[in-house]
Amino acid sequence: MSLTYEDVIAKYEPVLGLEVHVELNTNSKMFCGCSTIFGAEPNTQTCPVCLALPGALPVVNEKAIESTIKIGLALNCSIAPFSRFARKNYFYPDMPKNFQISQYDEPICVNGYVDVEIETDEGPKKFRVEVERVHMEEDTGKSLHVGGATGRIHGAEYSLLDYNRAGIPLVEIVTKIVPGTGKYAPEVAKAYVAELRDILRSLGVSDVKMEQGSLRCDANVSLRLIGVEKLGTRSETKNVNSLRSVERAVRGEMIRHAELLNKGERVVQETRHFQEESGLTRSGRSKEQAEDYRYFPEPDLVPVEPDAKWIEELRAQLPERPSVHRKRLQEEWSVPDKEMAAMINADLLDTVEATVILGSDPTKARSWWLGEISRIANEQNVSVKELAITPTDVAEIVALVAKGELTDKLARQVVEGVIAGEGKPAAVISARGIKVVNDDSALMAAIEKACAEQPETAEKVRNGHLPAAGALIGAIMKETKGQADAARVRELLLSFLGQA
Amino acid sequence: MSSLSRDEVANLARLARIEMSDEELVSLASEFTVILEAVARVQEVASADVAPTSHPLPLRNVFRPDVTTPSLTPEEALSGAPASEEQRFRVPQILGEEA
Amino acid sequence: MIRSSASEMASALAQGEITSVALTQLHLDRIASVDKDVHAFLHIDTEGALEQASAVDAKRAKGEKLSPLAGVPLALKDVLAQKGVPTTCGSKILEGWRPPYDSTVVAKLKKNDIVILGKTNMDEFAMGSSTENSAYGPTHNPWDLSRIPGGSGGGSAASLAAFEAPLAIGTDTGGSIRQPAAVTGTVGVKPTYGGVSRYGLVAFSSSLDQAGPCARTVLDTALLHEAIAGHDAKDATSINAPVPQVVAAAKSGDVKGMKIGVVKELNGDGYQPGVRARFEESLELLAKAGAEIVEVSCPNFEYALAAYYLIAPSECSSNLARFDAMRYGLRVGDVNGASAEEVMNLTREVGFGREVKRRIILGTYALSSGYYDAYYGSAQKVRTLITQDFTAAFTKADVLVSPTCPTTAFKIGEKSNDPLAMYLNDIATIPVNMAGIGGMSLPSGLADEDGLPVGFQIMSPVMKDERMYSVGAALEAALLSKWGAPILSKVPALGGRV
Repeated sequence: MSLTYEDVIAKYEPVLGLEVHVELNTNSKMFCGCSTIFGAEPNTQTCPVCLALPGALPVVNEKAIESTIKIGLALNCSIAPFSRFARKNYFYPDMPKNFQISQYDEPICVNGYVDVEIETDEGPKKFRVEVERVHMEEDTGKSLHVGGATGRIHGAEYSLLDYNRAGIPLVEIVTKIVPGTGKYAPEVAKAYVAELRDILRSLGVSDVKMEQGSLRCDANVSLRLIGVEKLGTRSETKNVNSLRSVERAVRGEMIRHAELLNKGERVVQETRHFQEESGLTRSGRSKEQAEDYRYFPEPDLVPVEPDAKWIEELRAQLPERPSVHRKRLQEEWSVPDKEMAAMINADLLDTVEATVILGSDPTKARSWWLGEISRIANEQNVSVKELAITPTDVAEIVALVAKGELTDKLARQVVEGVIAGEGKPAAVISARGIKVVNDDSALMAAIEKACAEQPETAEKVRNGHLPAAGALIGAIMKETKGQADAARVRELLLSFLGQA
Repeated sequence: MSSLSRDEVANLARLARIEMSDEELVSLASEFTVILEAVARVQEVASADVAPTSHPLPLRNVFRPDVTTPSLTPEEALSGAPASEEQRFRVPQILGEEA
Repeated sequence: MIRSSASEMASALAQGEITSVALTQLHLDRIASVDKDVHAFLHIDTEGALEQASAVDAKRAKGEKLSPLAGVPLALKDVLAQKGVPTTCGSKILEGWRPPYDSTVVAKLKKNDIVILGKTNMDEFAMGSSTENSAYGPTHNPWDLSRIPGGSGGGSAASLAAFEAPLAIGTDTGGSIRQPAAVTGTVGVKPTYGGVSRYGLVAFSSSLDQAGPCARTVLDTALLHEAIAGHDAKDATSINAPVPQVVAAAKSGDVKGMKIGVVKELNGDGYQPGVRARFEESLELLAKAGAEIVEVSCPNFEYALAAYYLIAPSECSSNLARFDAMRYGLRVGDVNGASAEEVMNLTREVGFGREVKRRIILGTYALSSGYYDAYYGSAQKVRTLITQDFTAAFTKADVLVSPTCPTTAFKIGEKSNDPLAMYLNDIATIPVNMAGIGGMSLPSGLADEDGLPVGFQIMSPVMKDERMYSVGAALEAALLSKWGAPILSKVPALGGRV
């Protein structure tokens, strides 16, 4: 019998740990000059170094070091005066050298933190997620499993390997354990990854596309009975490829652990794979027996010793911190806290900002994205960003409304059309024949018709009871199929009834 | 600790991905008793106050600029492959899990 | 002509007395006649060599300015990648592999128009001191075909002593250039670590490996040294500094006022009497030439061998992990239903020889959690102590000297079942690799008891490689005037059978 989330948090305290892997957006790979462009033909971006041909040697990409230092600085880390690469030895066909060049006990950035704010029952609350280390390593190749039922590894007859991705620079950001989040663990996990993504995006060091794998999150979760000091056994969930999944995975693992613990069973220390469809995790490799990676200093590379001058140069290049940036926008746009939070939670702040930069009024931009467009996305069960509508489209539509060339109602039709793939706003307007009725004679006919149909209402307006005009305007708009400009209709109607 | 059992050698062979016959494991284990005794001498002078040297030269901060250089052609990349298909290296089924 | 030095050949080429094609053909003929006895070569690139030779001849005919060794043939140790030419490292696991790229050493040889005759035999992945560990059979010492030519670069050294090539490239991780030079009566130099690029040198132990020149004279060795040395952006451990002036040093051979330090610990017990006699004689000759002989002590050298047999296997266990049957080389057991892991295990069982497996297992152990500090970590500390010993010694002497190895060439098969006895061969050469300094071996004569060549080792501080060339050239000149002819004039005739 399945537990509810409330049952879990009534009894247990969750402890989080998050490991995020970020692919840097350098032009060339971590240790060789091969291109890093996504989606190239298989094995066209490989060389003796990234194929691990006998005799080849790695040389560190300077930009990757700079990007990593910038990440460290942005996450409030100390930059180590001495750091080194190490070999992590294990065999796997997608890893050509059968060791990964990584960092072990001498990472480049240590001891930072990220503050996140989430909505709690008591209002917005700040949580500090401490960052243990930020280190550099390299990505692996990609395998295509052939002969199995689903292209998955199990049941496959053989595999095909493409090493284009092998050697792309990766940065791993590891948090310390995060206790004290209580029932908000899933939200904190999500907010942390979102904040991290925003920071990385603002730094311009990565594409941070979770769906393409340029930002990957492993969520470690353990439970302990409330009041108990000793940590419980953790599971490590991989494959968590969206912000929403981070939240779902943490929540799901909390419930799974609690069910095991309540039954008196043991949580197995293992890797688990998140399954997007079910929201559940599937058991992977057991970590009960620690892998022996036989780390040792990479003899083909020399230590990294960034001097203070270099670090300060990089610090000077840091952009505004996203949290500061948000505060500034909130002030500039005069947005209430709640609306601001809604935008952030919906992950639409950057989209709204882009629309505002294109000339839209902030309130209008916000109401389109969070209102109509979000509603459609919801209906279609996709994220707003997957819809075929861009900040440019919305800015154009807002401008047309401001100029009186579209009414709000017509604008909604245009938005619908753009999302339906009918083209840019201008194309939708012309194809659908959408236009504002501002031919006064056509409007006068409708006005006269409405007054004739509702003589008592017309009389009230004539006698100065202006609120009654609403009913007439409604009828007129209906008559003109919403294509009339409501303001013009009101003007003409009042003048017709002697109130202008 | 200066000898290794047959099982310990078997575990090392597994880590190193080398199939070994029982006979080979046993003979290596006995050789290691002699070899480990000889190499364990390093412990006589390796006191805590001696810093380790992992590299003979005191080089630091050797980097390359982030510039792309030509890759191999896929034909060259695959030229040594025991098997290939669809411009990819063909390898036997991978047990275990997605990395 | 094939018995001349490389510089004599170079000047004959420059004078138009012979073409590179003819000179290359003479060496190919020599190889054809004697290599079935010596087995110095694993692959002979007749076509490539003649093509390169004719290109040099064409350049020379056009009056182009050529490098000092242009057109002279060379034997390349099979551990360096050469585009399109089989590169096996003496291992079954790489049988048939043709690299799609050139190592930096090969690129430099080509740029200098040095003609590459083929690839020479070696202990598998450079692990050994006798070339008996080659998967393709041992190389025989031209001085006595029943004896080993040293290792791992036995093929390169034997090719010089057998007059199959006047120049060769070796690599030296613990003595693999110097010990073969010593037992074959040739000259071999391990440059300062980082002096010659390791790009394309198939790694055995990355922090110890160094490619270097081999020849029959000190000057030839220096000329080849300058051709292959220099900074390489593809090797992060390459030194970004001017190449030491080794050719000038070899030409002058001046040791007046130089202090030569005899390392107390690298002599005495365990060194063959004939080896010690030739060493003492060489010291006298150097003193006569104006050098001051002093004694220095390096107390931690006695731990060098132990540290070496932890560091080198540890690094090799990781370096050789890439030979896994997935992307290149041998694949065994790829039958229906076999997994990648099974294929890796079987391929590595069949593809690696016993010594390679022994070292991989030893290295895997030394790096494994729980043992790292006791073994690999301690060995790294010993490395520090050895470097400190050298630093102290070099305050008392400009160069250090010792016999290159304790004995002359032993019989093939004599030590192959006793790894520890085999490892002792490298006792005097290993400290140099541990500290990354330069080391040279040159012939100091024949041991009285067996008539086999003895090597004299000269060690110079980091990037002071020119010093060992000065001392080497001085000793070579003194010995030559004493003997009246080069030592290799005494090597028995080979190739009686055609």
